[in-house]
Amino acid sequence: MTYAIEISDLKKRYDNGFEALKGVDLTVKKGDFFALLGPNGAGKSTTIGILCSLVNKTGGKVSIFGIDIDKDFAGAKQYLGVVPQEFNFNVFETPFNIIVTQAGFYGIPYSIAAPRAEKYLKQLGLWEKRDEPSMQLSGGMKRRLMIARALIHEPQVLILDEPTAGVDIELRRSMWEFIKELNDNGTTIILTTHYLEEAEQLCRNIAIINKGEIVENTSVKALLKTLNQETFIFDLTTNIDQDVIIDGFKLNTLADGHSIEVEVSKGQSINDIFAALNQQGLQVQSMRNKSNRLEELFVKLTKG
Amino acid sequence: MTNVQIMVAFLTIVRREIRRFMRIWPQTLLPPAITMTLYFAIFGNLIGSRIGQMGGFSYMEYIVPGLIMMSIITNSYANVSASFYSAKFQHNVQELLVSPTPNWIILMGYVVGGVTRGLLVGLMVTLLSLFFTNMNLENLFITILVVFLTAVLFSLGGFVNAVYAKSFDDISIIPTFVLVPLTYLGGVFYSIDLLPPFWQNMTLLNPVLYMVNAFRFGVLGVSDINVAYALVIIITFIVVLFAYALRLLNRGHGIRS
Repeated sequence: MTYAIEISDLKKRYDNGFEALKGVDLTVKKGDFFALLGPNGAGKSTTIGILCSLVNKTGGKVSIFGIDIDKDFAGAKQYLGVVPQEFNFNVFETPFNIIVTQAGFYGIPYSIAAPRAEKYLKQLGLWEKRDEPSMQLSGGMKRRLMIARALIHEPQVLILDEPTAGVDIELRRSMWEFIKELNDNGTTIILTTHYLEEAEQLCRNIAIINKGEIVENTSVKALLKTLNQETFIFDLTTNIDQDVIIDGFKLNTLADGHSIEVEVSKGQSINDIFAALNQQGLQVQSMRNKSNRLEELFVKLTKG
Repeated sequence: MTNVQIMVAFLTIVRREIRRFMRIWPQTLLPPAITMTLYFAIFGNLIGSRIGQMGGFSYMEYIVPGLIMMSIITNSYANVSASFYSAKFQHNVQELLVSPTPNWIILMGYVVGGVTRGLLVGLMVTLLSLFFTNMNLENLFITILVVFLTAVLFSLGGFVNAVYAKSFDDISIIPTFVLVPLTYLGGVFYSIDLLPPFWQNMTLLNPVLYMVNAFRFGVLGVSDINVAYALVIIITFIVVLFAYALRLLNRGHGIRS
């Protein structure tokens, strides 16, 4: 089977001796929506940097759509589009010029690049700003500009490195709708993000990297199944006068005086909590997860 | 990439480079025009009229080729060093690095951008010089060849400077402390016959001397050195610098971690 991305024993040691990657093995299937997660400094950006040739690897093998980057990096690069974490375009240039120029670097002539640039600028809501110096764009627009630029050669794999950092909620949602549509049309998406609820909602498969090593690489569904314990918060209709005790559950009363935090382990039923509260004359107004489920697993896998 | 795609990538870089220096023409095209007009007026006209002849020509006629060459050297160098360093500084060099464009095309694209600015400024300065003196080209082929090769050589020099540069200061140090002294001492304003024998021999180590004199030979038909020798030196420098710059790019020096 040919994977979109196949990485084996990937190593990177920087000149200062820091070992950023200690033998990473990773595969991303064609058409996947894949999340690469990890704390700051874990090796995510180094891995992506090697994929798109901004970082020289010190060991291992990387193939993009079956093309070994050591044998034909130029050929492999045709499959990749990259949206980096930092803005990396000439702020004096206009969005239209930036995109058409990028197309030229992929050997796409102006006659093809110009209509494509129009298509993506319109889809990403930047067409009205096409002739303004890009330094005048807002942060969200700059990020969308980088997405349009990464798509101009219509790559098979789109790598998004923290694409929604600093982007407001509405824009983030519209961006994800656009990316999901791309994925539905067959583009493989690789995403790094600190917003774990995004990864949980969007991605089918996931890898968690920590200290230069992959500590988990599985489907989101399978990973969430391993979650043994979840914490729920129950908001009650009245204030709690005395400590609430429910047999078999660990409880904590919150500072607001009318909410309790309950840890629920695998095999325990939330119905028992409702029943016990009811018995004590307490009515539940609403209930929610304390934190994102993936976040709980992420902390567990990367702590220490 | 196919040959057609490679050509598209090359022309894209060249167009972007030309667009860059045309967009900021008050910084790139206007200053050399003003500076050289002052040189012509003050050194050529006012002071030159009191100096008398040099190499069988009026002082104005003698320094015009040197001044044209000086503006080509400084502008082709400055264009590539400023452009490539800015691309590093703003990280938009990554646009090229993530693309399949071969490194030799990236290098050639920047060099042609530098050559274009150098030649454009050279043409402007030549036209301005016609307000002060007449110019009859003795050897058109040598003139064009030397101008072109010199612009290529200093564009490559600017590229290497930009690769090593870690701050904007680093791209002004070489022009200020190396390029300007070499140009001033490279026979722009005087014939090396005026120097004592020791300094004449020392001047022969200055590569700019060969370019200025080869160009002066093309324009006036006089030179302090053998023109064929000058061409060999210029081409040798180009080959060495091109190989070195390409090696730096292939290794990702200063642009890849």
